[in-house]
Amino acid sequence: MREITIGQYYMADSPIHRLDPRVKLAGTFAFMLTLLFQKNFPAYVIAVLVLFIVVKMSTVPFKFIVRGLKPIAVIILFSIIVNMLFVPGEPLFKFWLFQITREGIVMAIGLSIRLSLLILGASVMTLTTTPNELTDGIEKAFGGLKRLGVPIHEIAMMMSIALRFIPILTEETDRIMKAQMARGADLDSGNLIQKIKSLIPILVPLFVAAIRRAGDLAMAMEAKCYNGSVGRTKMKPLVYQKRDRFAYAIILVYIAVMIGLAVLAPRLGFGF
Amino acid sequence: MIKIKDLIFLYQKKNDEGQVVHETKAVDGVSMEVHQGEFIAILGHNGSGKSTLAKHINGILYPSDGDVFVKNMNTKEEANIWSIRQSAGMVFQNPDNQIIGTIVEEDVAFGPENLGIPTEEIWKRVDAALKAVRMEAFREKSPNRLSGGQKQRVAIAGVLAMEPDCIILDEPTAMLDPKGRRGVIEAVKSLNKEKGITILLITHYMDEVIDADRIFVMDKGKVAMNDKPEEIFKRVDELKALGLEVPFATELAWQLRKEGVDLPDTILRREELVKALCQLN
Amino acid sequence: MSIKLENVSYQYSQNSAARQNTLKNISLEINKGEFVALVGHTGSGKSTLVQHLNGLLTATEGKYYFHGEDVYAEKYNKKMLRSKVGMTFQYPEHQLFESTVLKDVCFGPMNMGLTEEEAIVEAKKALDAVGILEKHYYKSPFELSGGQKRRVAIAGVLAMNPEYFILDEPTAGLDPRGRRKILNLIKKLHEERNMSILLVSHCMEDVAEYADRILVLKKGELVGDGSPKEIFANRVLFEDKGLLVPEAVSFMDELNKSGFCTRRCVYEGTGDKNCFATTVDEAKEVILEMLKKGGWQPSEKGPKAEKTKKAGGRSEKEMRTGEEEAVIMEKGENLS
Repeated sequence: MREITIGQYYMADSPIHRLDPRVKLAGTFAFMLTLLFQKNFPAYVIAVLVLFIVVKMSTVPFKFIVRGLKPIAVIILFSIIVNMLFVPGEPLFKFWLFQITREGIVMAIGLSIRLSLLILGASVMTLTTTPNELTDGIEKAFGGLKRLGVPIHEIAMMMSIALRFIPILTEETDRIMKAQMARGADLDSGNLIQKIKSLIPILVPLFVAAIRRAGDLAMAMEAKCYNGSVGRTKMKPLVYQKRDRFAYAIILVYIAVMIGLAVLAPRLGFGF
Repeated sequence: MIKIKDLIFLYQKKNDEGQVVHETKAVDGVSMEVHQGEFIAILGHNGSGKSTLAKHINGILYPSDGDVFVKNMNTKEEANIWSIRQSAGMVFQNPDNQIIGTIVEEDVAFGPENLGIPTEEIWKRVDAALKAVRMEAFREKSPNRLSGGQKQRVAIAGVLAMEPDCIILDEPTAMLDPKGRRGVIEAVKSLNKEKGITILLITHYMDEVIDADRIFVMDKGKVAMNDKPEEIFKRVDELKALGLEVPFATELAWQLRKEGVDLPDTILRREELVKALCQLN
Repeated sequence: MSIKLENVSYQYSQNSAARQNTLKNISLEINKGEFVALVGHTGSGKSTLVQHLNGLLTATEGKYYFHGEDVYAEKYNKKMLRSKVGMTFQYPEHQLFESTVLKDVCFGPMNMGLTEEEAIVEAKKALDAVGILEKHYYKSPFELSGGQKRRVAIAGVLAMNPEYFILDEPTAGLDPRGRRKILNLIKKLHEERNMSILLVSHCMEDVAEYADRILVLKKGELVGDGSPKEIFANRVLFEDKGLLVPEAVSFMDELNKSGFCTRRCVYEGTGDKNCFATTVDEAKEVILEMLKKGGWQPSEKGPKAEKTKKAGGRSEKEMRTGEEEAVIMEKGENLS
């Protein structure tokens, strides 16, 4: 669990950290969306460059961000293999039933770059935005949905509480597992059914603990006069600054360049 | 400040069909009055009704019978509930289960945010509250990185930022180590002395109650004793029969008295016992 | 017949946040039948150390011998070790999961390969030892009071018949009555079954009263190992504020400062002897001895007679009903 950097916050005081979370949400969204529709290397080069500059500005160490790729390395590897083996086209070499094509290799490289960039982009956002800012951003950015009856404040509150309790429950799971192992529980061996059965002594206490914590937390929130979003003020209200407007402008330029490339690249012979 | 009249709270155990199969009086006819600025300690073994009582003062539970008034507001009246919760803040036992924010200062701001306090004022209150519990150095830290005692002080700051007249602490030190306990109790005492905040402290640790203005001892949902510490701890046998302990010096003096040593029965602190022993001859 | 650690070190992999929980070069031996307490402030590595003893953690360096056998040898049966070295964690009641109290206590013995019938026999013995009455056997463990739940959880380990029993803060969060019950239970296991106890605790008064030997951990290093008297007399160990001496020790310090003991020792010509005590009982004895040296006689008019009359308290039966009420009331407190 410690390997996952998505959802972790890296504390620093950088221009990226100071940006309004709505800007970062919009930027990440634009970054991901434009990547999904790109099929040319110049676009990837630009995306990598932009990401590089943003990371540099954020002062988050690179190794910290790259660590976020570890959990999905298997997925990336898998898609590379599938693409290399099964994409039809001009064969480069053959063995047994398989053939590896030029198109396959290009697809595989393109896909792995795209996937990595997507994950890295999302990590940069969560690493530079506190969960609270993030939920505030979501709450405000999607505030319009409230009129449609979507309980956006409640959803945002739930998200932020979930983020707060993930480490606590992870620790709790660890402790319960150890306690049951001390009672001779065998968590590793046996067939699938036995393995599922051996989870019961862990899941039941974990569930009970989660419910107990939820009850306690609800009471504590009530005692602090929590009553939904009505009449609530903010310690850190979201107000756009000059830098946020500037950032929006950059995002727009970026989107324009990417669209331009998507349209022009095939004609210039970069596409695939 | 707080006035409780003939409070009864029934706990009903229902079966699957919703019929009442068992009824217990968790609080059974409690009347008490607490004045502004008092430091009150509440003792009693688990299940004596002290937690239930505390939750009534904050309006988390409502009386089955009788009344609870906070600053002359009856907790039964729904319109009062937010100002009651603002004036009588509450800190609970488990430090992990009452911190909502993912950053210390944001957690402290949670209460004032709910009250609709303007932004600049929230910042002032958060600054002051963190300073009062000496946690200002941790304001940008994640609560997960703090020790139990530090988390509990953050929880106190969170209540403090609502500018209450009274804080009720329900076994705030039960899950802490000695160092954490000391920090929390020091913070609570200084709030009482320097800011004049009324304190209701529920605890099992006798060393935390010696300095209280008054002690309530609860048993079976009733107030068994209500007096100054030196009067309460004269009644060592009764306290022991209720499953409670007494402060160290009181215990030692009591045992020595049983051996025939002529010591006063009002001893609470170590230095008092030293002095009394030195005066023996 | 012992637990023996030789130069054990442990380091959590990479994670720098947990570095304070590492162990450094620890060597110690705990013989059968000892009552040992392990103290140290939060983060000193107590939990890490005890998890080595029943094989939940494996040392990164060093050796561990149980009854002379190398635990880290390839073929060593870790499951057997866990049954011989029983362990309860903090708030052990949080591990309860079965539908009835009896079934929950059977979990351990059945993991050890006992049949259901055999396990039930062991479970009943264990429940009896921790003072859980038969009428609770078929209740859900979640229906019990906090103190009872904890005793059921302890029974869950006890039913595996361990030779060594490690208890990590077994009294945390309980009221004085609940604490007394658990401590007396541990004492009984030690005295009647000659079970070796390793008690991890923050409460120095309990440690001084119950343990024969104290281990002190500080930043992952074993800095003290001796009898309560030796440990608490060694003030270097208690210089930082993380660890406190028992109240009796600091009280005797104050008494010494007042000259109470010195003055009396002078009568006997023993010079400036300082008094020392680690528990209330010891303090009482020392003070009485000192008073007698000063020619003091017990006063006849003392409040003795009146006290004993009141001290009778409740009969055992009354105590029991008291506990039952507490359960129901506690339930009441948990709702809302």
